[in-house]
Amino acid sequence: MTCEMTTYNFSELPDNSGHFGRFGGRFAPETLMAPLEEVARAYQVARQDPEFNKEVDFYLESYVGRPTPLYFAERLSDELGGPKIYLKREDLCHTGAHKINNTIGQLILAKRMGKKRIIAETGAGQHGVATATAAALFKMDCIVYMGEEDIRRQSLNVFRMELLGAKVVPVKTGSKTLKDAVNEAFRDWMAHPNDTFYCLGSCVGPHPYPLMVRNFQSVIGREAKGQHFALEKKEPDYLIACVGGGSNSIGLFHPFLDETSVKIVGVEAAGAAPLVKGRVGVLQGAMTYVLQNKTGQIETTHSISAGLDYSGVGPEHSLLKEAGRVEYVTINDKEALEGFRLLSRTEGIIPALESSHAIAYLSKIAPKLDRGQTVIIGLSGRGDKDVEQIRAMRRKNA
Amino acid sequence: MLKRAFAQKALIAYITAGDPSLAATEKLVYALEKAGADIIELGIPFSDPLADGPIIQASHQRALKNGVALPDVFKLVGKLRRRTSVPICFMLSYNLVLQYGLERFYAECRRSGVNGAIVPDLPPEEMKISDDQVGSIFLVAPTSTDGRIKLATEKATGFIYLVSVAGVTGQRRELSGDLGELVARIKHQTELPVAIGFGISSPKQAAEAARVADGVIVGSAIVDLIGRKKSAAAVKLIAAMRKALDAL
Repeated sequence: MTCEMTTYNFSELPDNSGHFGRFGGRFAPETLMAPLEEVARAYQVARQDPEFNKEVDFYLESYVGRPTPLYFAERLSDELGGPKIYLKREDLCHTGAHKINNTIGQLILAKRMGKKRIIAETGAGQHGVATATAAALFKMDCIVYMGEEDIRRQSLNVFRMELLGAKVVPVKTGSKTLKDAVNEAFRDWMAHPNDTFYCLGSCVGPHPYPLMVRNFQSVIGREAKGQHFALEKKEPDYLIACVGGGSNSIGLFHPFLDETSVKIVGVEAAGAAPLVKGRVGVLQGAMTYVLQNKTGQIETTHSISAGLDYSGVGPEHSLLKEAGRVEYVTINDKEALEGFRLLSRTEGIIPALESSHAIAYLSKIAPKLDRGQTVIIGLSGRGDKDVEQIRAMRRKNA
Repeated sequence: MLKRAFAQKALIAYITAGDPSLAATEKLVYALEKAGADIIELGIPFSDPLADGPIIQASHQRALKNGVALPDVFKLVGKLRRRTSVPICFMLSYNLVLQYGLERFYAECRRSGVNGAIVPDLPPEEMKISDDQVGSIFLVAPTSTDGRIKLATEKATGFIYLVSVAGVTGQRRELSGDLGELVARIKHQTELPVAIGFGISSPKQAAEAARVADGVIVGSAIVDLIGRKKSAAAVKLIAAMRKALDAL
């Protein structure tokens, strides 16, 4: 596998048509092709415009609270008895997760494009809340598609979105979860291609979304790289982050991809692991690894963490897997809960169930590493949203 | 084969294969042909049909509950070919083609007698194969730029599928007002026939669309009737549309 690593210059991907090697692309209904081209053109112009970048940076600093700390988790390091563990604290972002890095960027782009109607999909509700927040900030109409099943599981986030002025539309089709919410958001965009901007929440979907979302989230890795170097005067030995659609992980990983000494691990939920257990296919606009049956029907997923409950994954991750640059592993629900408890007890930080997957994998490998090594964990979000779910589970088990 | 269907104003009928059953689909194909359909479009059920509205989504779900998959539909076409030569096109999501195998898919289309493939989430720039026997039908939408129309017409064989309105499949009270202009933009770039689909549900709308184009595609209106166990009414609707087109 490693011999293939040299064939890609990761920092130059995707190509102009949105391909990461054989992955990615733009597999969308014709009605959306021109609108997607319009977004791609607008983004290419904007990303080179200092005014645009200045505005994004302004809000990231003064509104989101960036840079987020790179925190040396000394108690956790002692507890696990291995390397020095650093946490990249995306849980400290406004709204409680990394999602807002992307929604601020996309909605400033929408504003430049003169689009006033914003649509989004959401699974656990974190991207929905982050979109509703940015839409309130920039005075835009916001409609969030959310599976009926997820609405039931995450009613507090539905209320948060409504408080922020967004309209939450229940999705009753298919499995009534994230995948179906994405379908409905695309269908809405097909019916309103001129006045609407689709703010997609992960590095999935047709070009330019995997590129755009990765770039907006790369602030995580750029900061972490600089912060780690300032403290340790070297690159980290390991990066570990959870992968659902893969936006927080690609954001952390991307600035390190060319540093070949850095080992990178993406952690999928065992019940939603297209990279570890899926096959290459086309889902919702991109060629990528997909959980599917033999004839190509998309399979539904089952994870304790709604944010990882997705049958596909960003196409760039598919390339990183195939090129052998990133290792992808799985963590099951029980292990994730142990990770959740471990970080809460040792550091006084309640992590999101998604991020708990990264902690759980860390606890497996840390004992094999030594104190001279360092690990950066992508702590993508805080666990407040999951507390109710965990309490309900404990009551059930009691 | 597909070209022949456009000798008159072509009437193209879409049904989902396996809804309510493969046996029922077989009977429907014969009945729709008899009622005046020039091309039969067979939808292959998919768990996530992105470009479809609620009626066709529900139809796919029913077919999937019956366990219908692409190999079954190829078998069905083989069976149909013993009794009818009506042109048959498949409409399916690209993932189903990929999992079957791209080359294998076209080989099996040729072998079993499928005359064309419509893959709504496969834009012309991502099309990796051309087949001289199996038509590649690309879609043009009201949002398509002239550059995109050029791409579609260059790669298309068979006919151009013009999406009548921005949106998903489904019945609509009104068709887009500037269809004539859209057809003219396509005709400017190709001699291929143009068929209009998405939203056509009455004989009056069919005639209206056929006045500016070479054919019409009817899907949700008959799939809705079939879903409500009114297959006879679906066949009747196609007959009424045939009459309306012939009266032009």
